[in-house]
Formats: sequence, structure tokens, C-alpha cells
Amino acid sequence: MATQQSRSAARLMMAPAVILLLGWMLVPLTMTLWFSFRKYLPLRGGDLGWAGFDNYTRFIGSSAFWPSVQATLVIVGGVLIITIVLGIILALLLDQPMWGQGIVRILVIAPFFVMPTVSALVWKNMFMDPVNGLFAYVWKFFGATPVEWLSQASMQSIVMIVSWQWLPFATLILLTAVQSLDSEQLEAAEMDGASFMSRFWYLILPHLARAITIVVLIQTIFLLSIFAEIFVTTGGAFGTKTLSYLIFQRVLESQNVGLGSAGGVYAIILANIVAIFLMRIVGKNLDA
Amino acid sequence: MGSITLKKVSKSFGDVEVIPPLDLEINDGEFVVFVGPSGCGKSTLLRLIAGLEDLTSGAIEIDGSDATDATPAKRGLAMVFQSYALYPHMSVRKNINFPLKMAGMDPAEANKRIDAAAKVLNLTDYLDRRPGQLSGGQRQRVAIGRAIVREPSAFLFDEPLSNLDAALRVNMRLEICDLHKTLATTMIYVTHDQVEAMTMADKIVVLHDGYIEQVGSPLELYESPVNKFVAGFIGSPKMNFVSGASAKKRDADSIGIRPEHLTVSADAGEWEGIVGVSEHLGSDTFLHVKLSDGSMINVRASGELKAAYGQKIFLSPQEDKVHRFDAQGLTI
Ligand SMILES: Nc1ncnc2c1ncn2[C@@H]1O[C@H](COP(=O)(O)OP(=O)(O)O)[C@@H](O)[C@H]1O
Ligand SMILES: [Mg+2]
Repeated sequence: MATQQSRSAARLMMAPAVILLLGWMLVPLTMTLWFSFRKYLPLRGGDLGWAGFDNYTRFIGSSAFWPSVQATLVIVGGVLIITIVLGIILALLLDQPMWGQGIVRILVIAPFFVMPTVSALVWKNMFMDPVNGLFAYVWKFFGATPVEWLSQASMQSIVMIVSWQWLPFATLILLTAVQSLDSEQLEAAEMDGASFMSRFWYLILPHLARAITIVVLIQTIFLLSIFAEIFVTTGGAFGTKTLSYLIFQRVLESQNVGLGSAGGVYAIILANIVAIFLMRIVGKNLDA
Repeated sequence: MGSITLKKVSKSFGDVEVIPPLDLEINDGEFVVFVGPSGCGKSTLLRLIAGLEDLTSGAIEIDGSDATDATPAKRGLAMVFQSYALYPHMSVRKNINFPLKMAGMDPAEANKRIDAAAKVLNLTDYLDRRPGQLSGGQRQRVAIGRAIVREPSAFLFDEPLSNLDAALRVNMRLEICDLHKTLATTMIYVTHDQVEAMTMADKIVVLHDGYIEQVGSPLELYESPVNKFVAGFIGSPKMNFVSGASAKKRDADSIGIRPEHLTVSADAGEWEGIVGVSEHLGSDTFLHVKLSDGSMINVRASGELKAAYGQKIFLSPQEDKVHRFDAQGLTI
């Protein structure tokens, strides 16, 4: 796009897309901001006028707020650690030549295609049910008392379910990265006397850095807003109420749109803090 | 210390036998070149010696002790790969340091060796750069540096110069030869380029479809090739092969004569032909001559030779330089 003319033509052609995207983003954002300053109770009188910063102080002052932030961060952190560690191991295993490679790879990817609601239901009823669940059978088989997963180990259970869903994504991205590693480099390291662990630490891990960064960034965006898994399993009870679930409760269960919107603004701020934090620690991997 | 003995070594990938059983003796301090056309198994043979591939059968001895099942690291050999295989996220210093670090060497001693190697290879100014910031020739030198600091008992090179441009290739060739003279360590060098083989080797191993065709010094291969394949592969431009009456006259199925062993004459000679393209290099003149029976003969005359396109000339082979082959292509 060298000439003046082609530049302005390009701008003109891009305009519709840019305007559409801006509107897409700006309209809900403005509406959220607008409602967050109103006292708006749909079933109890509707829009009751300006509320100032009332909604903000009430939302943050509620006893559920800080635990919900903590729950959100624990789920995001837990799932990230599990998916990346297991993802790397799986990627290294899947990269080995083996019989039935194609089918195994498809099976590994499969959980990603299951809808979150469905997978949460399957986990809840088939695996974690304390009476009929598969885990309960295993526990009973060994003579132990079945664990009531969703109430006794609710946080771990949700992290497990969400990790199961996101593991394929992490594995897929990491597998392509593992496959792009030059095999002569590994052979050179082998001749240099590097053990498998040294090769992993000095060659494979640095090579995977960029892929890990991408997995962390993309998963964080989606994990901050997980909802269906919590709705279906614990309904926000037993300390699994995340920020997005708290907002849902304020808006739909308490029918307080103003309060929920203020929560939405806090969620945006939290997401940005996490994003900036992540960019700081891992973003430099994307420059190289 | 760096003698290597291959005993009945063979290698198959699945059903395909890439290296049929072969024996080879490599003496301490020798510069051995494996040469042959692409796909003839040179890299495979080198990787068998390095321990990067398992033998299908046979045994490998290094310095007199059996190394058939030893891991690559245990064999004490260093390899320079065609793609250089440098570690991209490490500086040049860390790349060269890597084998020393893996061996658990004291950092002070390691730094001394790195600095010495960097000096020999003209890398001192680049020690803090990443491989991505170096030119092809410099990367090649880093790969060599990484090999020499280990003080291996033998170096293995797999077509190390094929990614460099022609001028650099000639330079690096000299540097590697120089290195061999100073270190006096065994080197095994793989190439498909017979010029590299002829200029560098103490001993050339000519491979063809996994078989060793001939082993010998460059001059032995040039002067007395054992068969037609070696005769045609070694020497540039290629040897001319002639069959028919001229071969019958000399009691052979076919005869070979190198381009530099033909005498050109304007009025008399054994073969009559028409000059095609001629290449004037100043020091030499290459003529492509079409004989009356349609076959092409390359002629190399030293100095400048005036020959016009389409001109009729006569060629005669120098009798003592004629190679005679039987129907199987073996030298008589
Ligand atoms: N890992 C492998 N699996 C199957 N065939 C191979 C493998 N490596 C090499 N080959 C085959 O072995 C033959 C020799 O290969 P190579 O040693 O790389 O030849 P060169 O280095 O002389 O060009 C080729 O025909 C190649 O296709
Ligand atoms: Mg090769």
C-alpha cells in the first residue's frame, strides 16, 4: 500500500468492519456502564433513577465479593497449571511414533467438541455422583467411603471438569510446537551428552515457550468467564461462586440489574489486571 | 586416539536394506571422506557410527573396544550436522559450552576452552550473539566450535558445506583441512561433491547404493579406479566412455579416457568429431565434441585453444592413460 490513493481506498474498505466491531464492543459496554449508575430493579418498579456509586460500593461491600474473586483466580490458575503440565506430557507422548496414531490423536482432541453443559452433566452424574457415580464404585471397591465430590471437594471437582475440557486445546497447540522442533537439534544434544531431562529443560521447554504463552493467554480469556460448568454442578454453592456467577445471581436471581452491571465493570477491571499481569510475565515470549 | 572399525555392519529400514553388510577400517588421525551420489547411504553410515541409528547387524569398534550398543554420548565422537543444529535460544558461548556443561566440567576450565576455540575459529566477537544473528559461515564455525571443545576422539561431518555459497565453501574447506592438521584428530566427512572429496581426503570411501565401491587415496582412485562407477564419479569433468571398435581393438568391452588425456589435432587422430560448445576459462579450455557415431566426448586442453563451433577436429587418447573395462564394468 504505497500510494496515497491506495491507502485511502484501504481505509474506506476497512471502515465497515471497523465500525461494526466498534459498535459490537461499545454498545454493551456503554449499556453496562449506564445501568451500573442506575437503580434498576425490573420486577420492583423498573428504572428508579440515578444511584451514583451506590451499586459499586454495595457490590464490593457484599460478603460474597472477595471470595468470588478468589474462586475465579483459583479456577483459572488451577486449570492453567493442570492443562499445561499434562498438555506437555501428552504432546511429547503423541509425538512418538506408534500404532494407530491418527485415531489416538482424534480421541485426545474429542473432549474439546463436547459442549460445556453436557460435559459438566456427564461428570456430575456419571463420575462424581456419590451413589451411582463411577468414582463411587471405585471407592467402594477398595472399601472406602465414596467422596461427595461436588460438596466435599467442590473446587477440585470443577477444576478437574474444566481441565478435562481444555486439555485437548493445550495438547493440540503444544503438539504442533513439539513437531516443529528440529530433530537434528535433539540429536546434536544427545551427542553432546544431554540426558532426556536436560534435553527437555534446555531445548524442548524453551522451544515450547511461545506455544505455552499462547495457551495461557487464550485459556485465561475463556476461563475467566466459565459459567455453565458451575451452573450445572454446584450452582455456585460450596465456595465455587466465581465473579461471573455472582453477577448472574445479582442480575437474574436478585433481579438487580444496576448491581449486576457494577459487578460487570469490576469483572472487566479484573480481566484487565490479569491480562496486564500475564503480558508482563509471558508476553515477552511473543516478541522474539 | 580415534581408530574406528566397522565389522559386517548393515542397516535396514523395514524391508529396505540401505547398507548391505560392509567392513571398513579407519585409522587414528585419518581424514576419511565418504563420497557418493545422493541417497546412497552416506548419512546413514555416518549416523550408525555416531550411534544415532541402531545397527541391524554387525559390530562397531572404537579405539579397539566394542561400541556397538554404546549411547552416542559414550562414544566420544562429535558431529557437525548439515543444518548446523545450533540451539537457537542460546548465545554462541552457551552453545559451545553446552557439551561441557553436560559433562559437568568446571566453568573456569570450560571458559578457557571456549575462548581458545573462539580464537581459532574467529568467533571471539560473536560469543554473545544468538545463532539467528550470524551468517551461514559463522554458524558453521559455531557448530565446529561446539564439536572441538569436547576434544572428541573423532569428528563426524555430514555435508557441512552444502548450505554455503561457492566462495565460502572453498574457504571453509581450507579451514577444516587446517583444523585437521592442527588437531591431528580422526575426521569422517560425508559429501556428494567429489571435488571436496579429492581436495580434503587422506582416504576416500566411494559408496554406491550402500556398497563400498572402492577405498583409497585420492590419487589411487583417480589413476586406478576399480570399476566404471568409480571412474565416472571421480574426476571433473567426467571420464569419457567409448565402446565399439576402439574398445575391441584394446581387448575391452568399453574403454574410458579422462578429458585431460586426449590429444587434439586438426588433421589426424583416432576419432573424428565436430566441436560443439567450448568453454574458455583461460587456464583451461573445455570442448564438447560430437563424434561421428553421435556420442559426446569432453576434452580438456590446458591453456587457450581456438576452436570454432562446428569445426571438424581429430582426437586421440594417450595410450598409457586409457582405462579398460569388461562387460561387468570392472577394470581389466
Ligand atoms: N529413517 C529412515 N527411514 C527409512 N528410510 C530411510 C531413513 N533414512 C534414510 N532412509 C533411506 O536410506 C537411503 C539412504 O539415505 P541417506 O543415508 O540419507 O543418503 P545420503 O546421505 O547418501 O544422501 C535413502 O534411500 C533414504 O530414503
Ligand atoms: Mg545425506
